[in-house]
Amino acid sequence: MTKKILKVNALESEAIYIFREVIAQFERPVLLFSGGKDSITLVRLAQKAFYPAKIPFPLLHIDTGHNFPETIAFRDKLVQELGLELIIRNVQDNIDNGKVKEEQGRYSSRNMLQTETLLDAIEEFDFDACIGGARRDEEKARAKERIFSVRDDFGQWDEKNQRPELFDMLNGRIELGQNVRVFPISNWTELDVWSYIEKEQIKIPSIYFAHKRKTFIRDGFIWSANDDVVYRDEYEEVIERTVRFRTVGDMSCTAAVISDAATIDKVVEEIRDASISERGARIDDSRSEAAMEKRKQQGYF
Amino acid sequence: MSYTKTQTNPTPFPLVKVGMGHLKIATAGSVDDGKSTLIGRLLYDTKSLTTDKLKAIEEKSKQRGFDYLDFSLATDGLIAEREQGITIDVAHIYFSTPAKSFIIADSPGHVEYTRNMVTGASNAQASIILVDARNGVIEQTYRHFFINNLLRIKEVIVAVNKMDLVNFSEEKFQTIKNEINYLATKSDFEAQKITFIPISALNGDNVVEKSTKMSWYQGETLLDYLENIDTTLTNDSANARFPIQTVIRPKTAEYHDFRAYAGKIYGGDFSVGDPVLVLPSLTKSTIKNIYFFDQEFDTALSGSSVSITLTNDVNVSRGDMIVKIDEIPTIAKELEATICWMDKEPLQNAQKYYLKHGVNDVQAKITHLSTILKTDFSGVEENTTALTLNQIGDIQIKVSKPLFFDTYKKHKYNGAFILINPKTNNTVGVGFIKSPL
Repeated sequence: MTKKILKVNALESEAIYIFREVIAQFERPVLLFSGGKDSITLVRLAQKAFYPAKIPFPLLHIDTGHNFPETIAFRDKLVQELGLELIIRNVQDNIDNGKVKEEQGRYSSRNMLQTETLLDAIEEFDFDACIGGARRDEEKARAKERIFSVRDDFGQWDEKNQRPELFDMLNGRIELGQNVRVFPISNWTELDVWSYIEKEQIKIPSIYFAHKRKTFIRDGFIWSANDDVVYRDEYEEVIERTVRFRTVGDMSCTAAVISDAATIDKVVEEIRDASISERGARIDDSRSEAAMEKRKQQGYF
Repeated sequence: MSYTKTQTNPTPFPLVKVGMGHLKIATAGSVDDGKSTLIGRLLYDTKSLTTDKLKAIEEKSKQRGFDYLDFSLATDGLIAEREQGITIDVAHIYFSTPAKSFIIADSPGHVEYTRNMVTGASNAQASIILVDARNGVIEQTYRHFFINNLLRIKEVIVAVNKMDLVNFSEEKFQTIKNEINYLATKSDFEAQKITFIPISALNGDNVVEKSTKMSWYQGETLLDYLENIDTTLTNDSANARFPIQTVIRPKTAEYHDFRAYAGKIYGGDFSVGDPVLVLPSLTKSTIKNIYFFDQEFDTALSGSSVSITLTNDVNVSRGDMIVKIDEIPTIAKELEATICWMDKEPLQNAQKYYLKHGVNDVQAKITHLSTILKTDFSGVEENTTALTLNQIGDIQIKVSKPLFFDTYKKHKYNGAFILINPKTNNTVGVGFIKSPL
């Protein structure tokens, strides 16, 4: 009989190791779940880390109210299938009670408003570790992010005073009021995530695959035409196009790409040949070069 | 396999499977020796810069009035850095060629940032040291070389940059080579391999494409060399260690008595049926199952995160370690180590810290600090009372519970630890174990 030898997958093992460190070092961890492919990949990795036990922490979704309906439907199905606990907190609540003010006009998005709702949820549930799907290859400011990233009461990231991370050792010691953002797939690239989704046959929301959608074009980006949540001037003409999304944020700040890739292997192929980086399809980062870093200092994950 | 601009199918991403064929590289250099430019050049010539990133670089370069593309803009991430035009923290950069995926830990070259260099190098399999051909070997170069030796990085590439500014002089290159080779004779790390490559990061000579201006150089380009490094050989094989991170107990009807030990394997491999010893209880047992997710395996190799069950009921908890019965590590409460200090508040005799050795946390007290190592290879400084930020020294330390360790020379992961300040919770130092006391 031939021996069954487990091949090493360094990135996958690293992520599993990080998940297990979270459970060992923190009392009230939570997984920040957006319904996007990165957070769905995190759920699969968490499953692997603790199998056959259930994932030992809840998911937290900060719902902007601008999500794609497909994402929400997918989220609810996933949670039900895996028997997970899902906590939802709505940005709309903070708008209604006047705690935050909604942006108006042409480039308005609720992306910035998520931060406040997230910080409220962290305080409400006393979470000490928030696991997120950010990757270092996404954006320059994220390239400097630690795997265990300490935040203060205000969720602020002090990029000049980060703890050194050596070898595999993760220091999760914090003071009361502090919490740690944890990034298990820090070292994955966009292609790594897509290849993993393909290999593992992980289900993802349908908007990642080519579909027909009513869209309009502004500044070279393809926007979803949904007049309830996406601001559109009358002269901006709505045309049905075959598109897919490379990243899934809010409808109001996520651009589509023209694509025929209707299956995962076609998507992976397309990513390999792609010439625009993933966050380039997120309109809010293009606002200013330092956009991401500034949002991070304010507590955006 | 090499990758050049003239290749007919310039696929920006390779056909590398997730997690396979990664090479982790640390880069070190002094201010202005062109490290960020080199990385930018590697990204540009391997077509790893996407259209939008390239556009941002072009616009910025023009805005600043440069007559060339400032590739350093591709890596200098933080606002403060861009304002000062220097890199101040470890940044991670990813790029791929058809042959391999690369992760670069870009660490700054300032005197005051030794801690970042050590951090960046701690996970590296190879290291690139940049030397400005005009200035030759300077104090910084000694320091980079010293740190590479301390961390025992096997593959060291000395990239002699700005060759265009010394008329591509072979003599200049040779002088630098001789000086560093002389340094290497002072090192006790015989397995280290040092390779010298003359380059111009700004113009791209010998980075990805072979230079037409240095016919005297017969060696490979930097990228060719990096692609040909065998990632399986860059880590020393060592004894298998399985430190327990957590115990998996599903507590469901289906898995009522299930109890598996979760962790990552370091050094060697483990197989079902291996007679093992559980530390610190010294209980003998045998490996019953090796699980990865919903699959069972006969053997798992170094680097895999798995869960393991044992044949008999053993009391195992986080921080314990499973080893093979004939490969027992040193078990001791007092040890000697080289420390790199990373905090503004100096290390002093008799001070107490938390010590994290892998996933094992203990309390520690510095019992003796005597020597500061000079990173320029000029020897040691005796009779010191404090180790300040970015200094490297030898200490003796006593811990509250026995550690199960190897020397760093024998086992990278089981021979290193970090110190944490109990007042601030910050990671303040990293230790490389030399011996038990």
